[in-house]
This record gives sequence, C-alpha cells and structure tokens, in this order.
Amino acid sequence: MRPARRPLMGIALALVFAFLLAAPFGFKPYGIFILSMWAVMTIAAIGLNLTLGYAGQVSLAQAAFVGIGAYITAYLTTRGWPFWSTYLLAGVSCFAIGWLLGYPALRVQHHYLAFVTLAFNTLIYLIFRNEEWLTGGIYGISNVPRPDVAGWSMNGPRQFYYFCLAHLALVSLATWWLIRSPWGRAFVALRENPVRALSLGVDTRRYTLMAFALGAGLGGISGALYAPLVQFVDPTPFALGLSLNLLLMVVVGGSGYFFGPFLGAMVAVLLPEWLRFTEGFYLMGYALLVMALMVLCPAGLLGLLDRWTKPAGKSAEISATRSEAAVQGEGAR
Amino acid sequence: MTAVLSVRDLRKSFGGIVAVDGVSFEVNEGEILGIIGPNGSGKSTLFNCILGQLRPSAGEVHLDGRSVTGLRPCDLNRLGVSRTFQLLQIFPQLSARENLILAGQEHRGSMLSRLMGPSDAGLSPSADRMLAFFRLEHVADEPAGSLSYGQQKLLDAAMAFMAGPRLALLDEPAGGVNLTMLASLRERLKAMNLEQGSTFVVIEHNMEFVMALCNRILVLAEGRIIAAGGPAEIRRDPKVIEAYLGH
Repeated sequence: MRPARRPLMGIALALVFAFLLAAPFGFKPYGIFILSMWAVMTIAAIGLNLTLGYAGQVSLAQAAFVGIGAYITAYLTTRGWPFWSTYLLAGVSCFAIGWLLGYPALRVQHHYLAFVTLAFNTLIYLIFRNEEWLTGGIYGISNVPRPDVAGWSMNGPRQFYYFCLAHLALVSLATWWLIRSPWGRAFVALRENPVRALSLGVDTRRYTLMAFALGAGLGGISGALYAPLVQFVDPTPFALGLSLNLLLMVVVGGSGYFFGPFLGAMVAVLLPEWLRFTEGFYLMGYALLVMALMVLCPAGLLGLLDRWTKPAGKSAEISATRSEAAVQGEGAR
Repeated sequence: MTAVLSVRDLRKSFGGIVAVDGVSFEVNEGEILGIIGPNGSGKSTLFNCILGQLRPSAGEVHLDGRSVTGLRPCDLNRLGVSRTFQLLQIFPQLSARENLILAGQEHRGSMLSRLMGPSDAGLSPSADRMLAFFRLEHVADEPAGSLSYGQQKLLDAAMAFMAGPRLALLDEPAGGVNLTMLASLRERLKAMNLEQGSTFVVIEHNMEFVMALCNRILVLAEGRIIAAGGPAEIRRDPKVIEAYLGH
C-alpha cells in the first residue's frame, strides 16, 4: 500500500469495524444471523482467496471443506465433545485433506484442476448424503450446541455473532501476517510465473500443497462455526452450489486482494437479503447485478478501485505483463 | 583453476531429433564463458538440461565435483546455481525490490522460520545494494511491470545474482535491449565478475556483446561443440565462420 493511502485506509477500517461492532443492536435476530453467516462465509472465502487469488490454484472444492468442518463439529459436539477440540480437529483434518487434494495440482492446472476439485466436492457431498450411519444422511444432524467461552454462553444470536466476528478478526490477522511474509511473496510468484519461481529456489511443489492445505484448513474452521450457527447440518448446503458461490465471493470482491473476500461475501450473502423488497424477483435481480458487476469490473470490486486510484498507463502495463507471464508460466512444475 | 561446473557427454533427444549430442565442457571459477551458435543449435536445450528444467537423455552434470544431474531447478538454485531465461521473466506485480527479495528469500532459513520471521526475510539492505549496483535504485518501489524493457532486463539479471550464486547461467541477456542499455548491462555484468568474482555462462546471439564480455567461447552447431577458445580465436575459426558467422 502506498504511504499516502494509509491514513485513509486506517479511517475506513476503523469505521467498518465500529459498524460491525454496533450492527447487531440495529438488527432483529434474523439480520444478526445473516451477519454471522457473512462472517463465517468470509472465513471460507479468505481460505479460497489464499488458494486461488494468491497462489493461483483453481479450486471448486471449498464447500466440501466447509462441510467436513461442519460435520466433524456437529457429529462430535452432539456426542459431548468440547467445542474447541472439535474446532481444532476440523481445521487440522481439512488441512491434511487439502494437502492431499493439492497433489493433482502438481500435474494438472486450470480447468483440468477445476474438474478434479469439482469431482472431490461431489464425492464428499455423496458421502454426506449416502453414509447415513455417519452423517445422518438427508436428515442430517440437529441440535448442534453452541459453545461457552470462559463460562459465557454463546447461545444468543448477538453473542454468537461476536463469537464469529472474533474468529474472523483472528483469521484476518493471521492471513495478513501470512501474505506479508515471504510465503505470501512465494504464493504470488507461484501464481504469476511458476517456472521463474522454481528457478529462484521456490519449491513450487511444497507451496502448491501448502496453498491448498491452508485454504482447506480455513474452510474447515468456517464449517466448525457454521454448524453451531445454524445448529443443524445436512448435505444440501455443501453441494457444488456453495463452492461456486465462494468462488463468486473471491472473484467479485477481487481475487488476490486481501479485502476481496470481505466485499465478495457481502455481495453473495447480504445482497440477496437486501433485494428481498423485490419479493419474487430478488434472485433474478441478484443474478443480473452479479452479471453487470462482472462485465464492468472483471478484476472484482477492489480491482476496479485499484484501476481508479492508479495511473492508467501503469495499471495497464502491469496487467499486460502479468498476462504474458502467466502464458509463459504455463506447464510449469 | 577449479571447475565450478563440469558437463560430461550430455545428450538430449526429442524423439528422433537430437538437440544436444555429447557435449562436454567445464566452467572455471571466476570465468565468463560464452556459448554461441545459430538458431536451433541446442544452446537453450543444453541450459535446460544443466538446470534441471529438462532431464538429459544421457551424460552427467557436476557442480563443484558433485553430481547434480536431473536435480530440480529449485534444489539446484539452493546449491548456488541461478539463471535467467531467453524470454524476460520477472514478477510484474511485485516492486523491483520485492523481485530481488523473492530471488534471495528461499536461501534464508527454513520454510517455518521464513513464515515467522520478518516480511523481507532481512533482505532489504542486500536488495537495495543490488538495485544500486545495477543502477535501479530510483525504481526500487515501482511495480516491475511498469519499468522499461531495458530496466526489466537489468532487474532480471540482478535477480540471478541476488543470492550470491556459485554460478549464473544467463540466456540471451542482451536480447531486445537497446544500445544504451546494452552497454550498461555489459558493463554491470563485467563489474559483477571483477568485483564479486562471479562465475557465469552466457548464451547470446549478439556477437559484439559476447566477444566483449566473455573470456572463453564455445560454439555449438547441430547439438555439438564445433569450436572453443578465446574471442579472437573464435572470430578467426573457419568452422565458426562457416557455421555461424558465414556472412
């Protein structure tokens, strides 16, 4: 970020944070539920942004990881396990599965990789739906308890909203640290030019696997919060539709921008609710708005902002060279 | 003199086409070796086989006496071999300084220590020194994609030297660079060799550039070495004149 923009950015962030803290007092429980859902989905989208936006690895499997995290938490907490142990288990399991899912990415890229991850999502969805002995099948798992934190119950909608918001803040800080670290630079190198990255000592195999694992781990954490938020899990929300929706969040917000998932999740989670005044037409209106957004700003909302704030020539040159590098980088690893 | 790189009877074929046919040579410490040859003579394939980008069909590559044949490019880089590519390969979205930090960071500590350590892996001072050496300090914070082509070529070369390699292989560093920038690039590479004692191998089509820069030159034609010697010797060699300079 350029130094001139820092104070403005600081003020904007402080205002947004103040709004998020005050928001539940102006909403009914359903509104607070939607805001909590925004926080939970933002965490999953941050994970996908790491995998896709920063490291350039296409994934249509994020819903599967949200689902795995949600089912682990729902299954174990309804059997008396403490929330925090299931939360950790959800994150670690998804990290490990994500690492394994990264192996195909070492061999295939782009739409081929999209199909591999899509197949994985379908496989996990079928397990959720058909393995009734484990997942409850189409009946799902109900009465998922909400956790207590230091003796404070998170049962109320407002309390649980703050619980989700605190998680979002922690995940955001950890992600901010990661993308500013040498790992973040290596992820960008992997996305922009894997052949050159490899020649500079960047172990592209390990970073590719790590990008998948970290993204999946955050998907699992998001799922671990989803289960107590909704207090019921069934297979339907974790079908391919959610993966596409998470992809939409990353792309609409601005793929590879830190704040992209926050904005994208607003569009995908909050916008349909704001359009409910159009009654039966709200989903059609939502679809048209998303199409218009993609036509007007293919680099996402933050890409559009970047285009307005950077000198035109410079911005165009960078994107031209970036495309060229991407073409040259194809077939690496 | 000690051989930093030793290539023994290296071969690479693609189906029935033999791109590199039994090439053997050594690169001595502190030397600038030039490899020239007409288009399709196997220069870039030879580079790619040495650097692990392609697996050789036969032959051996040794670095400081240790076999490194078929090692992955990232492992070779960590052993001290760096390179540039025929086509410009920088990271346009990163600033010039960030490009240099990236070129050095994987040589610092373990993956975990890099995650927990400072954002620049402690490399900002070395990156700034390298920018100053290649006279790019005024564009340090500019996105690399917005630099002129010549500046990007200089940055590309600077990246190859950022980690203090034992050996740098430069593939057509002068390609597409204008005359003013070309003189600057040659002068900086020469200075890198004299001041830092860097050893490098250069593939180049620009005869004037390669004759002025290199101590020794190998001439490749149809995948084989047809001549080797100092610049003056190469200029006079009838086989070279016939195969390459035949105009």
